[in-house]
Amino acid sequence: MDFLAPVINGFGVVLEPMNLLYCLIGVVIGMLIGVLPGLGPAATIAILLPLTYGVEPVTAIIMLSGIFYGAQYGGTITSVLLRLPGEASSVVTVFDGFALARQGRAGTALGIAAIGSFFGGTVAIIGLTLLAPVVAGFALDFGPPEYTALAMLGILLVATVSNGSKLKSIIAASLGLLLATVGRDTFTGEARFTFDNLSLADGLDFVPIAMGIFGLGEILYNLEERHNKVQAPAKVANVWPSRKDLKESSGAIGRGSLLGFFLGILPGGGATIASLAAYAMEKKRAKNPERFGRGAVEGVAAPESANNAAATSSFIPLLTLGIPANATMAIIFGALLIQGVTPGPQLVQNDPELFWGVVNSMYIGNILLLIMSIPLVGVFVKILRVRAAILAPITVLITLIGVYTINNSIFDIWLVIVFGLLGYLMKKFGFEPGPLVLAFVLGSLLEENLRRSLLVFGGDAAGFITRPISGILLLVFVVVMLLPLLQKALRKTRATAPAVEALHDEKEKV
Amino acid sequence: MTSASNEARPSGGSVKHAAAGNGTSPAIADELVEPLTPEQLAAEWDEERPPHAGPLANVAAAVAAAALGVAGLVMSVGMGLGSPEKPEPGLWPFIISLVMIAMSVSLLVFGRKRLDAEAFSSSSWQVLAGVATLVGFVLVVGVAGFEIPTLLLTFVWLRFLGKETWRMSVVLSFAVTAAFYLIFVVALSVPIPHLF
Repeated sequence: MDFLAPVINGFGVVLEPMNLLYCLIGVVIGMLIGVLPGLGPAATIAILLPLTYGVEPVTAIIMLSGIFYGAQYGGTITSVLLRLPGEASSVVTVFDGFALARQGRAGTALGIAAIGSFFGGTVAIIGLTLLAPVVAGFALDFGPPEYTALAMLGILLVATVSNGSKLKSIIAASLGLLLATVGRDTFTGEARFTFDNLSLADGLDFVPIAMGIFGLGEILYNLEERHNKVQAPAKVANVWPSRKDLKESSGAIGRGSLLGFFLGILPGGGATIASLAAYAMEKKRAKNPERFGRGAVEGVAAPESANNAAATSSFIPLLTLGIPANATMAIIFGALLIQGVTPGPQLVQNDPELFWGVVNSMYIGNILLLIMSIPLVGVFVKILRVRAAILAPITVLITLIGVYTINNSIFDIWLVIVFGLLGYLMKKFGFEPGPLVLAFVLGSLLEENLRRSLLVFGGDAAGFITRPISGILLLVFVVVMLLPLLQKALRKTRATAPAVEALHDEKEKV
Repeated sequence: MTSASNEARPSGGSVKHAAAGNGTSPAIADELVEPLTPEQLAAEWDEERPPHAGPLANVAAAVAAAALGVAGLVMSVGMGLGSPEKPEPGLWPFIISLVMIAMSVSLLVFGRKRLDAEAFSSSSWQVLAGVATLVGFVLVVGVAGFEIPTLLLTFVWLRFLGKETWRMSVVLSFAVTAAFYLIFVVALSVPIPHLF
């Protein structure tokens, strides 16, 4: 039971009034912004990063993760009430959630979603508590070759698993890697891609890139009258689900939570895939699957439990290996680095207060989310009526002034604008912004470990393959690379189910 | 379905479309009767999707990315590649540039026909106008403080990009500027250039 001592100490950290307060602030802000269509968790966290500069690292990360799972739930509210998923992981919730709302049962859908999210989150935190130290212990033996392979695999998985064109995603990732090389070379000190500009000599900062590509890019994209077809949200009554609803959905919540937990750990997995998979699984299991899409409570319960579980368990690779599993985790990774915390296997040992403080804050955050979400539904419906036209300039100004406050630098504001424009153009041309940001974050880690490994191997790249762990990771890398070709070949011989195609189209839309 | 009979008509007849610019879509209350299947919903979303830009957009994107890759390639050769035993600063950017070029060429060859790019429309000018206001903001903020550019930017976004009323735009832009002043200057003492 030795391992429990730091876990319990972690609760001491969370229960400090300051941390509790920031956890509450994070969850509330996350929910509020998650409710607004257009800004997902990644954008929200990116825009709010400067808020965390003045506080302790533990407090900052507690707040950012609060924003993360708060936004996860906020996205559900718009899915159910407006048929507008706040973010990709709430897309499937639209089917049954909106159908329920049309039958006047929006409250039931939201209540079930809140309970499912709470349960999924809690299952994943327990899993995180048990599994993270094990993974971290295992990863302590990782050397540069293992990290090289792991980072490469992480970037590739995020690029190929994300929606849209794989080729475009890999191009975006390459651009992220190139941007990461700007500045002085860590080994020789030589300037790279700085064009004799002093502001570029230390390399590009992560924050203006994330705030530009996710935050400003998103706002510019929404300027084009796309979300203006706002409908008045459905009336919400009976937020408490009936005993019958709970009984019907309990199995779906349990299965969704477990599935979500495991899919969340995998790099590239994350909440979106988890919610799609959980929905598909419930539909397959159901005695009469035709109920799905017409207001089946399981159709809300399963994906909502799964996406919350996955969102939480995706902290495992980040905190124990130092490899973010998706774009949102990449932003939290950047936030940790800015706070002087390097996530990785040593974190659990060297900084148990931070590690367990953050992990345990999730229990509290999920309870807060559950307590607040049900009674506050009415407030959220009101927020939905605030027009995007009013919010846009406010968000833009928060972004511009916020980024200035980090280094007191006008140059950083220019960077946000440049990357905002880039983010907008990427969305227009069908490039996912996630792989770029993730690759940028992992870029220097990847290069450093690659070059170190080459030095260790005396230039013989075969060393990567002969070491068991890096060898296996690289094998997985190759398989993932070749998978699309295999699938294409298979698809030609077999007709695919139209429903699955429809689901994928949905994903691409968001 | 317990209370469905009473609750089936959310918001009743008072449903308003906030931006019913086209005026063709019926009020939600009328659509309530038939729930949609995922397939129908997908089809409906498909119709609402903005028009795609056609294959030329992908060609343009591929060419732009390839050009970037070539530039990266040339510059990284200039930095010196070294050898695998003794890698020099240019080696890593060289490898990435190669990947980028390879992927861009593949996009040009295989992905040309994909229709995942969105066409620019007349409202795309709004984005350009929005970016122009941001550029103006940065140019002025260092010289004249943040209050006036904040006021102007909020006003332009509300009145011209957001199509709010004159009154609403004036009142809100003053309110927003005051709020930012109170938060950033008074409460947080952020050293942002300011007039007062």
